[in-house]
Amino acid sequence: MTSSKQALAHPASSAEAASGDKPGAARGARGRGTPPPGPGSWRSRLYRWDMKASPYAFIAPFFIVFGAFSLVPLLYTAWYSLHNVQLSNLDSQEWAGLDNYQNLLSSDFFWNALWNTFTIGVISTVPQLMMAIGLAHLLNYRLRGSTLWRVVMLTPYATSVAAATLVFVLLYSWDGGAINWALGGIGIDPINWRESDWGSQFAVSSIVIWRWTGYNALIYLAAMQAIPSDLYESASLDGANRWQQFIHVTIPQLRPTILFTVVVSTIGATQLFGEPLLFGGVSGSKGGSDHQYQTLGLYMYDQGWIIGNLGKASAIAWSMFLILVIIAVINLVITRRLRKS
Amino acid sequence: MTTSELTIPQKTQKTEKVRRPRRPRVMGAGKQLHAGPVTYLVLTVFALVSLAPLVWTAIAASRTDERLAQTPPPLWFGGNLFKNMETAWEEAGLGTAMFNTTFVAGTITVSTVLFSTLAGFAFAKLRFRFSGVLLLLTIGTMMIPPQLAVVPLYLWMADLGWSNQLQTVILPTLCTAFGTFFMRQYLLQALPTELIEAARVDGASSLRVVWHVVFPAARPAMAVLGLLTFVFAWNDFLWPIIALNQENPTVQVALNSLGTGYVPDQAVIMAGALLGTLPLLIAFLLFGKQIVGGIMQGAIKG
Repeated sequence: MTSSKQALAHPASSAEAASGDKPGAARGARGRGTPPPGPGSWRSRLYRWDMKASPYAFIAPFFIVFGAFSLVPLLYTAWYSLHNVQLSNLDSQEWAGLDNYQNLLSSDFFWNALWNTFTIGVISTVPQLMMAIGLAHLLNYRLRGSTLWRVVMLTPYATSVAAATLVFVLLYSWDGGAINWALGGIGIDPINWRESDWGSQFAVSSIVIWRWTGYNALIYLAAMQAIPSDLYESASLDGANRWQQFIHVTIPQLRPTILFTVVVSTIGATQLFGEPLLFGGVSGSKGGSDHQYQTLGLYMYDQGWIIGNLGKASAIAWSMFLILVIIAVINLVITRRLRKS
Repeated sequence: MTTSELTIPQKTQKTEKVRRPRRPRVMGAGKQLHAGPVTYLVLTVFALVSLAPLVWTAIAASRTDERLAQTPPPLWFGGNLFKNMETAWEEAGLGTAMFNTTFVAGTITVSTVLFSTLAGFAFAKLRFRFSGVLLLLTIGTMMIPPQLAVVPLYLWMADLGWSNQLQTVILPTLCTAFGTFFMRQYLLQALPTELIEAARVDGASSLRVVWHVVFPAARPAMAVLGLLTFVFAWNDFLWPIIALNQENPTVQVALNSLGTGYVPDQAVIMAGALLGTLPLLIAFLLFGKQIVGGIMQGAIKG
């Protein structure tokens, strides 16, 4: 409200400034031998040109940055994926056709990475979003210090992937780690979080869950606050208790938001990289001794910058992109279905 | 449970009676309901889980490497915090990294906020050809993973002789699709079209309109976008660790080096993680409310 008041005060001042400018501009124009201002004059032509061109000028910076650092590289990545590009010898780039892709499809490590990306994605996303909805529901009550609760739930988001993972590595260590120590306290044998298949995947996922649950809870909370209260009133008139209201009013009303967070989390899960890299320590790019948590993102980094095959890394990048496109299409189909029903 | 169920209808009726005239429709879902002790208990558990790893980082950073290798793990602070921080600052390059990241994140923040406001304004309030398609394209770009750009960017930066220089990590993020969309959503509601038209009638040029009408109206959202962008830029990981190395690191590059055995001392590693996170924790302490508001605002687009 205050901002619009402030803004209201400005047109007057800008008009003054504009009229103050006029004589100078007109004089300058006449000095160059153009006719005095009138309809179709230099000034009004400039004005019309300004009206037409300025929108494009305003969006240009974004599209220049996007074009130069995303779109063109994306196409070049496709080009490199069809070439043999070695980090050790960047000058010789030989045409390789679909070799890199064939190489990938016949590589166990690629399928392993694809499967790991999927399982870690599921383990990290499903519990995360379910907890986030529950948390949002609780934050939606009238709370004492509601802002403080929200900020506290968001603090993990302030922690970078690297910082968070370094801490979790220590918490999950085999002996002396706080988590195994706490498990021992309730009579559970220590778990080898670094070496075991499911243990390490769970550990990597827990870092993702820890960082993002609060963030998603806030997104759900925003959507919950936009649900009209009449829906709850009529539900309670029909005799629905709190739980039934949550299931029959809140969840259906959140459907578009849930879909949105699922898409965003899926995109994030497909690119998962920093957590498994740092979780692995010195040989992190392998994703564990048995590649048990090597994701696609990690596999690409390993092939490109550790082994030094940038052509193959480009092919992996494009495979990731194709997977995302497939997910987007599936998502579109589901959305259409939901709208129809 | 049963008692709370019984009391709800009465309470809602009461609050509704008072509130109806002021706020007719959109009330928060459970807003009328006061939280019970169980709610506070569960929230406390969530809060503890959120904060515990950070608190424990500080505890571990204040101990020694030998102590961290023993069981049980330390649960209270030791006396080595400043010594470990000093080692991290000097030997692990956190000092250089903090300066570098402040510069990188600061530049990215200023430019992203400025350019996003301009583009967001154009998409929200100006009529031009292809605006719908271009907006869809802008949103669509958010789906492209950064992995698709890093190979060519790496090769070009090597060609330009820019490897290990800060502009390599600044340039690609000078403006973001998220920022553009965020500002558009805000200006759509917050900036009355009549204001722009009034300024136009007075003969104001587009730049004048931006300066005197758009920026004042957009200021609160610009501040929030600035905070969100700063957090994002501070924590950016994939491209920085490819483009830079330990000679001229950002914070995340330095932390990555620590994680791969650059200084094999767990207490120093924790001190580094703490140092690298501290500026953002301070920002959350000061502007937590605005950051929370920004994320919730950005969400409504859904």
